[in-house]
Amino acid sequence: MRRLTWFNTTSLTLGFAFLYLPMVILVIYSFNSSKLVTVWAGFSTKWYGELMRNEAFLDAAWVTIKVAVLSSTFATVLGTLAAYVLVRAGRFWGRTLFSGMIYAPLVMPEVITGLSLLLLFIGIGLDRGVMTIVLAHTTFSMCYVSVVVSSRLATFEMSLEEAALDLGSTPFEAFRLVTLPIIAPAVISGWLLAFTLSLDDLVIASFTSGPSATTLPIKIFSAVRLGVSPEINALSTIMIAIVTIGVISASLISKRAAVRQRLEEQQAVRS
Amino acid sequence: MTEALRPVFAPWNDPDEKPLIQFKNVTKRFGDFTAIDDLTIDIFEREFFALLGPSGCGKTTLMRMLAGFATPTEGTILLSGQDIAPIPPNKRAVNMMFQSYALFPHLSVWENIAFGLKREGIKGDALNSRVDEMLRLTRLERFARRKPHQISGGQRQRVALARSLAKAPKLLLLDEPLGALDKKLRQDTQFELMDIQEKTGTTFVIVTHDQEEAMTVASRIAVMDEGRMIQVDTPARIYEAPNTVYVADFIGDVNIIEGRAIPSGEHVQIAWGEGVSDITGTTDKSFDNGEKVHFAIRPEKVSVSVEKPDDTPNAFQGKVLDIAYLGNLSTYHVEMPNGQIIKTQSANTRRLSRRAITWDDTVWISFTATAGVLLKG
Amino acid sequence: MRRFALIAIPYFWLLALFLVPFAIVFKISLSDIALSIPPYLPQLELAKGWEGFTKFLGALDFENFEFLMMDDLYYKAYLSSLKIAAISTFLTLLIGYPIAYAMTRASEEWRPTLLMLVILPFWTSFLIRVYAWIGILGQEGFLNQTLMFLGLTSDPLIILNTPIAVYIGIVYTYLPFMVLPIYSALEKLDDRLLEAAEDLGCSRIKAFWLVTFPLSRGGIIAGCFLVFIPTLGEFVIPSLLGGSNTLMIGKVLWDEFFSNRDWPLASAVAVILLLILIIPIILFQRNEQKQRESEG
Repeated sequence: MRRLTWFNTTSLTLGFAFLYLPMVILVIYSFNSSKLVTVWAGFSTKWYGELMRNEAFLDAAWVTIKVAVLSSTFATVLGTLAAYVLVRAGRFWGRTLFSGMIYAPLVMPEVITGLSLLLLFIGIGLDRGVMTIVLAHTTFSMCYVSVVVSSRLATFEMSLEEAALDLGSTPFEAFRLVTLPIIAPAVISGWLLAFTLSLDDLVIASFTSGPSATTLPIKIFSAVRLGVSPEINALSTIMIAIVTIGVISASLISKRAAVRQRLEEQQAVRS
Repeated sequence: MTEALRPVFAPWNDPDEKPLIQFKNVTKRFGDFTAIDDLTIDIFEREFFALLGPSGCGKTTLMRMLAGFATPTEGTILLSGQDIAPIPPNKRAVNMMFQSYALFPHLSVWENIAFGLKREGIKGDALNSRVDEMLRLTRLERFARRKPHQISGGQRQRVALARSLAKAPKLLLLDEPLGALDKKLRQDTQFELMDIQEKTGTTFVIVTHDQEEAMTVASRIAVMDEGRMIQVDTPARIYEAPNTVYVADFIGDVNIIEGRAIPSGEHVQIAWGEGVSDITGTTDKSFDNGEKVHFAIRPEKVSVSVEKPDDTPNAFQGKVLDIAYLGNLSTYHVEMPNGQIIKTQSANTRRLSRRAITWDDTVWISFTATAGVLLKG
Repeated sequence: MRRFALIAIPYFWLLALFLVPFAIVFKISLSDIALSIPPYLPQLELAKGWEGFTKFLGALDFENFEFLMMDDLYYKAYLSSLKIAAISTFLTLLIGYPIAYAMTRASEEWRPTLLMLVILPFWTSFLIRVYAWIGILGQEGFLNQTLMFLGLTSDPLIILNTPIAVYIGIVYTYLPFMVLPIYSALEKLDDRLLEAAEDLGCSRIKAFWLVTFPLSRGGIIAGCFLVFIPTLGEFVIPSLLGGSNTLMIGKVLWDEFFSNRDWPLASAVAVILLLILIIPIILFQRNEQKQRESEG
């Protein structure tokens, strides 16, 4: 019954062409030797060299990575905790408010989140810098982490934790020895999601950063406003390459694990 | 008391015996819903005690209260004379074998079995030898390094058993332990379970909805319905002497005949409708004249014949409605003149016997005066 | 006690960094712009105690909201944001549905790969993906070069810095958000339902409209909200692709804050935007709830 008609094939081809062509063009033009991005003047990697010598970009990249590592780690801890509360804590006072606060940031326009956090930081007299960006990023990415982790926890068999308790674990041991190792893949993908969200964010970082801390997206944005530049193309290509390699290898690893598990299960039935 | 004096294992008949578990007027409510209703029962050491009932009858709640995952709303539960309400599940000398096993998927068979021992701080040689002992007991030595998804369903069941027995609990709870196995494997495993229970001397409390399973394994069965114990007795007594229509109907196949009691000497006559003579039965209960009575009789206690049998107090003529040939047995549904349908069952002891009885034949059914049970209400 | 700590940590974090900031935004939206640091008045003077508090309350007013009503820039920006969000949501659905449908028709071993191809752009930088279109849509961009090379047009089309570029940008960046929920709804669909419909006399196209489409409605609604809600407050796309001709409220808020430094007015803009968003957010939550319940 499942089959690809010409209509389906066409929509897939056009759809993926639409999704990928712009990025392919971007990558190709990053190797253009001309300063004029629209005119092809021969293959060159000189813009990558320029990029490596651009101190401002390198500084911004360093700040961005620092912010991303810190905020995604905090967000993973808080988000996992929040997911656990959401799925396991049962009823408590203000539960609806809590789950609302988890889901609302996912759809909140970034301009509002950014503005409100900035006003908070000014209100309590916090100097804007790396720390304020980390706080802001932690807050919105913990919600993403908690959505990812709670959907895994929802299908987690409660009896596994009960079995651990029954065999003499304290509740914390049960979480550390049984629950956490089993939901680890979801926690890791939550971390990765938080990390990329932080790497990506322009709007919230613009509001909450100070002159001492400029992130890569802020740098890119101010450069791009002036038009297309080959250096930005080179930078984009590097970022696209990292993400592509990361996502493809992650999916290959998980696919291989799934195939192995299936084979082993088949063997178990036969033995 | 020595074994010689007490060849039959029946501590519940011995007034000097101290029960291992005592439920005293235990009630458990979830909001408006009463899961357990004022329940009192004693379970003795080395018993294989089965909680039997349809789903939602409260048997799982009862078990979870023993394990510590639920606390009674009212009443107390004593384990060796001690109230267990304040003890959290991880501190109780009670272990549980979970429905669908709850094996830790990220740990090997060996690590699963060692899990509880490690929590007690056992390590090194003591740990190794105990885990190996459990592996031997459940014949799992070959699979020690495998993960749960790498072994079959029957093997998983044995890992779950080994894991819950490793800490040598006073009491082992088994929640539908064989529910996930297919029928053939289930029958083999039932005997294995009894064997292990006997070897380890642990008290087992098993929850099941499968009456055949309860009959096979248990020393006593508690039949539950809507949070109450209906009857607690040995399998044979539950089957042969049910105390209510509910129990008679729940365990095995049965004919339930409604009628009016007419006491006559040591017998009781039961009037059960127009066009049929009274049933003659015996009972130790006393009935008033004309009191409503249910007469319960198992199909295999009713014989069917073409000729009218002699020397029987109960013989009735009827018409064959249905015949079912089950290989080892044949079942006949016989319609009485009053419309009641009586099921009979007879063993096919001879191969290819000439089938004398067929549809629409007029036949005689008969049974002895002690074959059925008279139930009040 | 342990349970309390467990709940309290994420709870208070979100209260402090999500809910309290909104209260502050609301408060500042009632203040007035001033040449001070921070640039608004009144300031709450706690040192003056109760008197300071009442004075503070008395100085708050709805002036900024009145201004938003008076100046047509703002309500035009809200309306234009709503229009752009609605149209681009519809366009995304139009393009996303056939892709999601075709993905479920693909063979079993291809589907994970196709799914990954849809998710991959989601992991790549949003900013870079929007940026890529500047090079394509510009007057001397890739698109115009191609069209002129093919002789389809003699003069370059002006697309960049028009609403059309904004639509393209939104559809492009939000397409995965539309495809994924529809795909997962269609994926769950039992093929035998279509066979049953055909067995009962439907043509294949009719079976699609009577069975497949209604059963994927949950996914369609989820996808539409996932595109519509964030698009409404979108800033990056209109500011990079829309030029000065495209009016969107996210950009207005940004300019009000960073260029005019009118924090109270920016806050008032945010409060109104939030009020507009509450309705679709609640509808979205309800749809999700319903989906979860129907899955048991």
